[in-house]
Amino acid sequence: MIRAVLASTLLVLTVPLAAQQSMPPAPFAYRQLDDPSQEAAAQDLMETLRCLKCQSQSIADSDAPMAGDMRHQVRVRIAAGDSPDTVRAWLMQRYGDYVSYKPAVSATTWPLFAIPLLIVLVAGAILVRRLRRKA
Amino acid sequence: MTWRLWVPLFAFALFLGLAAYQLTQPKDDFIESRMIGEALPYFELPPAMEGTPGVSSGTFADGQPRLLNIWASWCLPCIAEAPHLESLKEQGADIVGVAIRDRPEDVARFLAQHGNPYSRIGRDDLSEVQLAIGSSGVPETFVIDGRGVIRYQHIGDIRASDVPKLLAELEAAR
Repeated sequence: MIRAVLASTLLVLTVPLAAQQSMPPAPFAYRQLDDPSQEAAAQDLMETLRCLKCQSQSIADSDAPMAGDMRHQVRVRIAAGDSPDTVRAWLMQRYGDYVSYKPAVSATTWPLFAIPLLIVLVAGAILVRRLRRKA
Repeated sequence: MTWRLWVPLFAFALFLGLAAYQLTQPKDDFIESRMIGEALPYFELPPAMEGTPGVSSGTFADGQPRLLNIWASWCLPCIAEAPHLESLKEQGADIVGVAIRDRPEDVARFLAQHGNPYSRIGRDDLSEVQLAIGSSGVPETFVIDGRGVIRYQHIGDIRASDVPKLLAELEAAR
């Protein structure tokens, strides 16, 4: 029992071997901003920004060093008074739609918005026709 | 009139076919920078190791096109591309390095082991320059023209077959 506890404690204390983790994380990768409203804005934004290394996670969810560096950028920029939209635009200017989990209507994404609308319209039309036929 | 009954099934089959086709397509993991054609954002990086100067955006404004190599001593593919960077240098390319999240002693050890093709190496502990130019990993290599405009991006390690293309892009940026 004691041995198991010791072993699991040691396992927790194991230092990751990957050397890229050997550098300390960016100052604001894990530190929250002092101003709660700014931190809330930064947190909301980070949850809708895509990690570039671990491509199915937001930067808020990822422990990849690069995601930490991106969180640092987000917090520093929000703390400097940038709006979340400005920070998102700054990243999209560099990485395109890819980096944002908040889809915007554009030349390539409009079917995403148009198709559901079309399906609802068609379903509504069919429904109306059927109801009229019955009546 | 019974043909109408089959319409939803056909629509579904069509959707299934499309999904199956997309599943067989290779996944593109490369995220291209949108900064091609844009000027390098302003930055200043301290030297990544003793004896080699650091890098700033001003480095790229003297009329000579250069390669900007984003790398790190902890990055394994960087070992694979080291000989090809060396051959680019031998063929006249000026290569500026940016070391991501790296220690001076690790940088020095890596270069002693695998050769040093860099004229300057900047130390980017927060990936700031990497994020500013739209690079999403290491290694990546950018061609910067003599006015500091980003002209070309190579994602991943440079193979022997990539060397002529990079030299041609450097020539085109002249």
